[in-house]
Amino acid sequence: MTGAALSPLAPTARPKQSILTAGDDMKRRNAAESRFRIYGLIAIALALTTLAIMLFTIVRDGVSAFHQAQLTFPLELSADVLDPKGNRLRDEMTKVTTVGYAKVLTTAFQAELARKGITQDGVTDKEIAELISKDAPGQLRAMVLADPALVGTTIDATVLAAGRVDGFLKGRVTLESAERDGNVTPDQLRLAEKLRGAGILSSAWNWGFLTNPDASDQRPEAAGLGVALLGSAYMMLLVLVTCVPVGVAASIYLEEFAPKNRWTDAIEVNIANLAAVPSIVFGILGLSVFINFAGLPQSSSIAGGLVISLMILPTIIIATRASIRAVPPSIRDAALGVGASKMQTVFHHVLPLAMPGILTGTILGLATALGETAPLLLIGMVAFVDNYPAVPPEGFLDPATALPVQVYSWASRADPAFIERSNGAIIVLLVFLVIMNVGAILLRRRFERRW
Amino acid sequence: MSVLMLLAAIAVLALAAYLLARQRSLASAGGNPRLLHSLPLYYGWYGALSVLLPALGALVLWLLIQPMVVEHRISTTLPADLVADAAARDLSMADVRRLAGGLDAAVAQGALTEDDARKMGTGTTDLRALLGTVGVALGSDVTPEILGAAQHYRHITSWGAAGKTALVLVLAVAGLFWGVTRAHKDFRARNRVEQVVLGLLMMASLIAVLTTIGIVWSILSETFQFFSIYPYQDFFFSLTWSPNFRGGSDLGIIPLIWGTLYITLVSMIVAVPIGLFAAIYLAEYASRRTRNVVKPLIEVIAGIPTVVFGIFALVTVGPFLRDWFAQPLGFGNSGSSVMTAGIVIGILNVPFISSLSDDIINAVPQSLRDGSYGLGATKSETVKQVILPAALPGIVGAILMAASRAIGETMIVVMGAGAAAKLDLNPFEAMTTMTVKIVGQLTGDTDFAAPETLVAFALASTLFVITLGLNIFALWIVRKYREQYE
Repeated sequence: MTGAALSPLAPTARPKQSILTAGDDMKRRNAAESRFRIYGLIAIALALTTLAIMLFTIVRDGVSAFHQAQLTFPLELSADVLDPKGNRLRDEMTKVTTVGYAKVLTTAFQAELARKGITQDGVTDKEIAELISKDAPGQLRAMVLADPALVGTTIDATVLAAGRVDGFLKGRVTLESAERDGNVTPDQLRLAEKLRGAGILSSAWNWGFLTNPDASDQRPEAAGLGVALLGSAYMMLLVLVTCVPVGVAASIYLEEFAPKNRWTDAIEVNIANLAAVPSIVFGILGLSVFINFAGLPQSSSIAGGLVISLMILPTIIIATRASIRAVPPSIRDAALGVGASKMQTVFHHVLPLAMPGILTGTILGLATALGETAPLLLIGMVAFVDNYPAVPPEGFLDPATALPVQVYSWASRADPAFIERSNGAIIVLLVFLVIMNVGAILLRRRFERRW
Repeated sequence: MSVLMLLAAIAVLALAAYLLARQRSLASAGGNPRLLHSLPLYYGWYGALSVLLPALGALVLWLLIQPMVVEHRISTTLPADLVADAAARDLSMADVRRLAGGLDAAVAQGALTEDDARKMGTGTTDLRALLGTVGVALGSDVTPEILGAAQHYRHITSWGAAGKTALVLVLAVAGLFWGVTRAHKDFRARNRVEQVVLGLLMMASLIAVLTTIGIVWSILSETFQFFSIYPYQDFFFSLTWSPNFRGGSDLGIIPLIWGTLYITLVSMIVAVPIGLFAAIYLAEYASRRTRNVVKPLIEVIAGIPTVVFGIFALVTVGPFLRDWFAQPLGFGNSGSSVMTAGIVIGILNVPFISSLSDDIINAVPQSLRDGSYGLGATKSETVKQVILPAALPGIVGAILMAASRAIGETMIVVMGAGAAAKLDLNPFEAMTTMTVKIVGQLTGDTDFAAPETLVAFALASTLFVITLGLNIFALWIVRKYREQYE
């Protein structure tokens, strides 16, 4: 305790000592002082280290999602199998299912192995076929149906390799783990090693991760963020056109026109409390009002966009009111003095001056909106969607998913390959957030005005 | 006429009204704008608004009301067994709408003539096959009742569409005449336009109130429904939570509240010391340069979406705690646990506590510090004995708000805490929270008549009441014990 230092009675009781050398008491107090300081440093170090560890693990686990193993080999699109009638009519060719295309792929792949002189070493034909992604036949079929003239030619096909082979190239799957894995055998991996030596198997930049729709549990290698990015973009668009005008209008009213009475106070308390309502409760609101009552389709971006708009409305109102309040009263007085009406003062003078602050607040609000997950789970956006939503306005009603929801739904799947996808999706999400935040900071630096 | 076409028509009429009214007002003043009461553009806006407001209002109302009226009319014509209860009615109405949509598509693609679509019966053609060819797949063969209802539906909606178009256009044209004829040099156009704008601004500020009403209404109505089929004593006082979608579930909230509070406690044990010490260091010890670097870095944590923290809990923290603490110490081998979720939520709350406390500490006047230093106190003694007591109400408020955030946090507990509802003291055991169960009961197939689904709403109202109560309490503490420095 410091009673000795503060009590007026203490000096008489103390032994004589120089004020230039620290006594025992002073030493103890100085030690307490430096301990206290170190606690502060430790606290900051702990917080920042955790942040660093989190970002590090995400980047470490997620960066590989942007590369994907693929197999390249010449592929003869045999007309006998793909177009039995030989008239290249699209309608008749749709009768050939992906099973037919899978056969074409496997035959060509095995032929290539034989040509390169790679022996199978106890790997069965079926296991060889398993090295090719289950998604490849579907992609090939779509390609051929889009351009029937390809039938009968030989193309240099590049198809996705199976997820385990991809994991092997990235070090996630090893010969030891393959022993315990029902989906892949060590022999298959040894064969994959040889394929890599022969240049058939390679790893390439994976645009598909950003453009493909989601894929089922069995084919993590084909899963991409296409639908999630579109869904998030649609929702941000809706938030921008619904939430921002309403938020700005509400702030103008509350800050400039509202009479100071009970009713206005009630609105203010209401807004402050809305900002503290847990996000999941907004999900409940969306489910009952937008889905069950208004009948909007589940998982649609319009339902998600409206829920998120309501959720970030308080944020936008608080930011906008702060920047309107920052405009000094002298501006208003001057405008009113030269004969402008109250409305003209606000719209011609106050609002333009508050604009940079409003824009900054809006961008930061959108950044929060982009990362929001919990309410979207309740309105069904966690559903598996593998069709791109249409172009707006109809597309707003189509089922879609959102970037953070995709992170969650991949993380809850069994195959560890989806954890890599999940982390990759987080990287994409964080890149967007960084861009938005840096934009907001630059905007503030460029236009901020001190009065 | 489609809604988009109608909107375009309204926009064109509004533009015409703007130009005409502006023109007319200028003409009434003999081309001299100084003789006008308001600036010419206000006359224009008055004209445009008198087109826009009634026409758009009518359009919105019609779009909201027409589906309800049609639904009602159709369901009264359907036989009683098809509309026995709400679920059956929804199902048959969906069939009717789908068939009507199919008929529309068939007419549009020329597979049917409009006359056939209106009069055909089920006996003459195989409708299911016919609609299949135009890309509308029906689940079952069409019954005569459904076909009749669908034809009736098409009839009503086509009349509805015509009526809507006519009403909206008539209102728009009437508004145009009204607005343009009022344009005269003595008309107080600016005042009228400003009144309308003020009304719009006021309506915008009511949206926040409507949201609150919507939240309260949506959770309360379903909660009452839940308590009408499930006794409230069992909900609030039962010690077991075991929902069973075949009926006979035990839906006691106590284990969930226990899990929620336990996780919140752990998170506060992490967040409060770290946040508080960081705030004290930044406010009292750090140089300006350090502060300018460190403070934004800590706030970065607050900008990261919670789902990212969820992944961090699931992939990194959970396995780490399991392998280094829980298993060696014999506390079990669960990756998801109270500790995992609590620690990660704690980290998430650090910037919240530290920036609020930082502001509060900075608000303590310098004269108090100077007085303390003058008496010979060291910096840490000043902090402990002068600054913290002065800032205490604000800091307690910040801690309570952080606790309310921890209680309402969803993604981290969904991914890091587990799903087993139990009453246990072991912090390395998986437990669950109210938010996890809200998500669990409301995702996937839901039946809004079963208590297992409706319980989510009762949980949500409990959560809403708890978090709101904590926040109000925090604000009250801050307001009541705040020191006023002059």
